[in-house]
Amino acid sequence: MGNIIELKNIVLSYDGDRILDDVSLSIESGQFVTLLGPSGCGKTTTLRIIGGFLTPDSGDVFFDGRRINDLPPHKREVNTVFQRYALFPHLNVFDNVAFGLKIQKLPKDEIRRRVLEMLEIVDLKGFERRRITRLSGGQQQRVAIARALVNRPKVLLLDEPLGALDLKLRKDMQIELMNIQRRTGVTFIYVTHDQEEALTMSDRVVVMKDGVIQQYASPEDIYNEPKNAFVADFIGESNIFDAVMEKDFLVSFCGREFACEDKGFGERRPVDVVIRPEDIDLCEPKGDLLAGEVRSSIFKGVHYEMNIQCGGLDWLVHSTDAWPVGSAVGLMFGPNDIHIMNRLFEGSENHLAGEVVKEDTVEFWGYQFERPGLGLPAGASVSLTIPPEAIEVVSADHADMVVYLESLIYKGDYNELIVYNYENGRSLLLHSYLDQQVATDIGIKFKFDQIEIKGADSVD
Amino acid sequence: MTKSLSKAPLPRRGKNKSVFAVAPYGLWMALFILLPLAMVLWFAFTTEGGSFTVENFAGLHKYARVFLKSIWLSLIATVVCLLIGFPIGYLMSRMGEGGQRTMLMLIMLPMWMSFLLRTYAWMTLLEREGLINRFLGLFGIGPFNMINTQGAVVLGMVYNYLPFMILPLHSIMVKIDRSIIEAAQDLGANGFHVFLRVLLPLSVPGIVTGVTMVFVPSVSTFIISRMLGGGTNLLIGDLIEQQFLGSVYNPHVGSAMSLILMAMILLIMGVINRFDDGEMEGMLV
Repeated sequence: MGNIIELKNIVLSYDGDRILDDVSLSIESGQFVTLLGPSGCGKTTTLRIIGGFLTPDSGDVFFDGRRINDLPPHKREVNTVFQRYALFPHLNVFDNVAFGLKIQKLPKDEIRRRVLEMLEIVDLKGFERRRITRLSGGQQQRVAIARALVNRPKVLLLDEPLGALDLKLRKDMQIELMNIQRRTGVTFIYVTHDQEEALTMSDRVVVMKDGVIQQYASPEDIYNEPKNAFVADFIGESNIFDAVMEKDFLVSFCGREFACEDKGFGERRPVDVVIRPEDIDLCEPKGDLLAGEVRSSIFKGVHYEMNIQCGGLDWLVHSTDAWPVGSAVGLMFGPNDIHIMNRLFEGSENHLAGEVVKEDTVEFWGYQFERPGLGLPAGASVSLTIPPEAIEVVSADHADMVVYLESLIYKGDYNELIVYNYENGRSLLLHSYLDQQVATDIGIKFKFDQIEIKGADSVD
Repeated sequence: MTKSLSKAPLPRRGKNKSVFAVAPYGLWMALFILLPLAMVLWFAFTTEGGSFTVENFAGLHKYARVFLKSIWLSLIATVVCLLIGFPIGYLMSRMGEGGQRTMLMLIMLPMWMSFLLRTYAWMTLLEREGLINRFLGLFGIGPFNMINTQGAVVLGMVYNYLPFMILPLHSIMVKIDRSIIEAAQDLGANGFHVFLRVLLPLSVPGIVTGVTMVFVPSVSTFIISRMLGGGTNLLIGDLIEQQFLGSVYNPHVGSAMSLILMAMILLIMGVINRFDDGEMEGMLV
């Protein structure tokens, strides 16, 4: 079957913030597709564009091959299950579900037949005359689904529909929704921030961050072959380390070289390596295995969650065997357990241009610092190399600059932070031992003595 | 949800304490509401000498036209207020917080001025030699006879009582979640259907409050009708005023008139409030 929904280069800004940045997505008819990401990643916005409640600044929306950018919501063959249900408080269950059919002016007996049929599907038979306010959360949820599906839409949009339910009910409804989707064959586009929900229910998962699609693949591929450290970090638990791709099929990290199954990254290229905690087997230390020490072990029911110190890195390992804290262990994993990914930040240091403004004083991005004995004339261009350790996170009132924290990923020893400068739109890489809230503003301070200064080639 | 909440039993308090807390209000009610009501009742059913009579009501039939006219003009004013107030209330409720505050301010602003002054202003506008006729005269139109007409009385009612329609409508409408409107659109409702099937039924409590707050003062007004309606458009309010302050001084007949007016208002409000109950149970409060 063809693509029922197609988004092409969608851009949407609000108040100067870019909510969606060049989003392109094709959704096949009859599939269960989930948009997954942290809050503020643009997943609900994408859904609202498909529903017709938002118009993109640029880019096109296609429905069944037809461009529908300018089609108002009530003319789209799409129905939505809203986040907080948005049921009509003045109507009872039957009239809520019948709302769309009544507007289509269908014959009364057909409306009645279809509404009752749909109420049976969502397991609400006998509730027709109930007031909406007298229903539990799970029942309201099912009315919302019935109200949308009774119109037989080609696409059903679901905006975090299970968010307000408790865990047990959520699990039941997940299975219910999957069954309904399979039985009706309607294309479901589902928005959630719950990665487990996404992996359980979907045929395909779209992982989004900061208005950009990070990866669009089957749940298995998203989990086993995450495209970058963000996806790996967001989907399940994982060990993410700095590594260098020595050449095809050979990667070095943790002071060793390992065979792997990836190629095409070039030679001596900095990459991220991901190893899932359940892919690591523990044994007695022997031969040339990586050897480490168990630092902590927590029983989790099915497995033990262990922290193992090895090669200066913190390894997270899930094992069904208990190893006492303090014991020495060997870590075993194979080439297919090692996943190589491009770095989120190009390179492993910050390179930027500066200028000598007066004797022994260098300026970059509007900040000046002194470097005694620099020996370059005023007006000379210089290139600066700022290692990630030379930037520290401080409170905003002591900061050299306030920046937006785009991402934070634990790299086994330190947090790797990527921050965004509002004024010039550039990003910086830095390391920190502290945890920060992503998608907020933080203050940073430079250790100016650690900045490397080189005279640029052309001085004029 | 809200309905069941309102039915939840109130937390018990010490009985003495609650009586103590209610006492000042109870005294106020007794002095300024119950006592005057009782006095109106007493006057209405007594002669000057103090003996019981229904004579005061007997002569009222000759004022039937005035009663009907008062109700008719007030109804027109109420409907006009609703027609103007509904879209304004809706647009306001969809504005940002700043916009809503500004609009509320603008609506309240005229109310800071004296009621009399505002009505006087309309006199000078509507007069035969007034601003409007003079302005129209520049283009060779008119002059029109605007003051001392029923239209002028309705205009005065609408102008003075419109805020009392907009405010309750707005406060109900801001509570209608935008996603409910979107859900209706999503289900195929165009603008008209959204209005008819969602917006209007959900606004009924606001409409009922607004209608009450416009109709009741309109039907009993006497200043507006006297200033803008001239001598020819007397309303009940004017009649009652004459009985107490005018040359015909007869508080007994005046009280009887007041009682009839009160009964009529109660009847009409009872009918309107029925809309609120039946269909609207389970409303957002």
